[in-house]
Amino acid sequence: MTRPTKVLAIASAGGHFVQLCRLMPAWEGCDLRVASSDRALEREAAEAAQAAGLPAPRFHQVTEANRWQPVRLFRTVFNVTRLMVTFRPDVVVTTGAAPGYLALRMGRLIGARTIWIDSIANAEQLSLSGRKAGPHADLWLTQWSHLETESGPKYKGSVL
Amino acid sequence: MIFLTIGTHEPFDRLIRAVDQWCARSGRGSDILGQITDRATYQPEHFRAVAALDPQTYRKTCEEASLIISHAGMGSIITAMTYGKPIVVLPRRGHLNETRNDHQHATAERFGGRRGVYVALTEDDLPNVLDEVLANADASPTETTPQDALLSPFADPNLIAALRDFIQQK
Repeated sequence: MTRPTKVLAIASAGGHFVQLCRLMPAWEGCDLRVASSDRALEREAAEAAQAAGLPAPRFHQVTEANRWQPVRLFRTVFNVTRLMVTFRPDVVVTTGAAPGYLALRMGRLIGARTIWIDSIANAEQLSLSGRKAGPHADLWLTQWSHLETESGPKYKGSVL
Repeated sequence: MIFLTIGTHEPFDRLIRAVDQWCARSGRGSDILGQITDRATYQPEHFRAVAALDPQTYRKTCEEASLIISHAGMGSIITAMTYGKPIVVLPRRGHLNETRNDHQHATAERFGGRRGVYVALTEDDLPNVLDEVLANADASPTETTPQDALLSPFADPNLIAALRDFIQQK
């Protein structure tokens, strides 16, 4: 029997995380870990998993940062690196923002397959991190059909 | 109870001030709980406000609210749609440095047509939108509070299927 696929699902607290939790049924049968910037979201992830009939995932806290916060960003890099080394995910999936982008890039470096789902909040153009993530994502998705292009991102539906 | 929430990350004084002024006029302040972040420089005089709520309290507050007032953030809109609560949103604007760009304006335009989602494009529009939604809620609660159109807890099955397919390809 092959071992279950190791999936790291990561998103910033707030709307990004709300969207990530709505994907829960996709990870059925996987060895799932969830990461976000607020420790209190562990319970939200557990409840979403339970509603989807999945066991409560292990939760990891990562520092929230954006590209204008170099010190915090350094801590995010440290948190995400440690997670990559200890968990060694087969798949990294994120709905953004900066910590998810970092996880996607680092996941690629260690040979994981990567999924970027651009936030449904970006209805007119892809987010900046979404545009930057594209070339490094094995599955690069927008949640708006009119933003789909031949060379990516693709549209496969939304979190609603 | 009316729940004002401005999102997890950034302050949004323009919305807090507009709601405060509306409270001064309407006398609704005692019904309102505001979540205004720890970086709000405007402190409301007419309603109770906290910087943040833990996720469970946030959810419970949304569940108990009869109306949600919010920035046009997808977390707030999805939560309101999940619980079938009417939500009034004021989009953050890029040129006011409330967000990096005008994506919330686009969100407001895309979601403004949906049942239960009401948009005030500017702070000047907000009092009228609030008065109208509350008047409609009193007249016809089921129309304003779309309990029969609750959002499912999970994503579009097509998206879930695409992700499952991706996981299975090795």
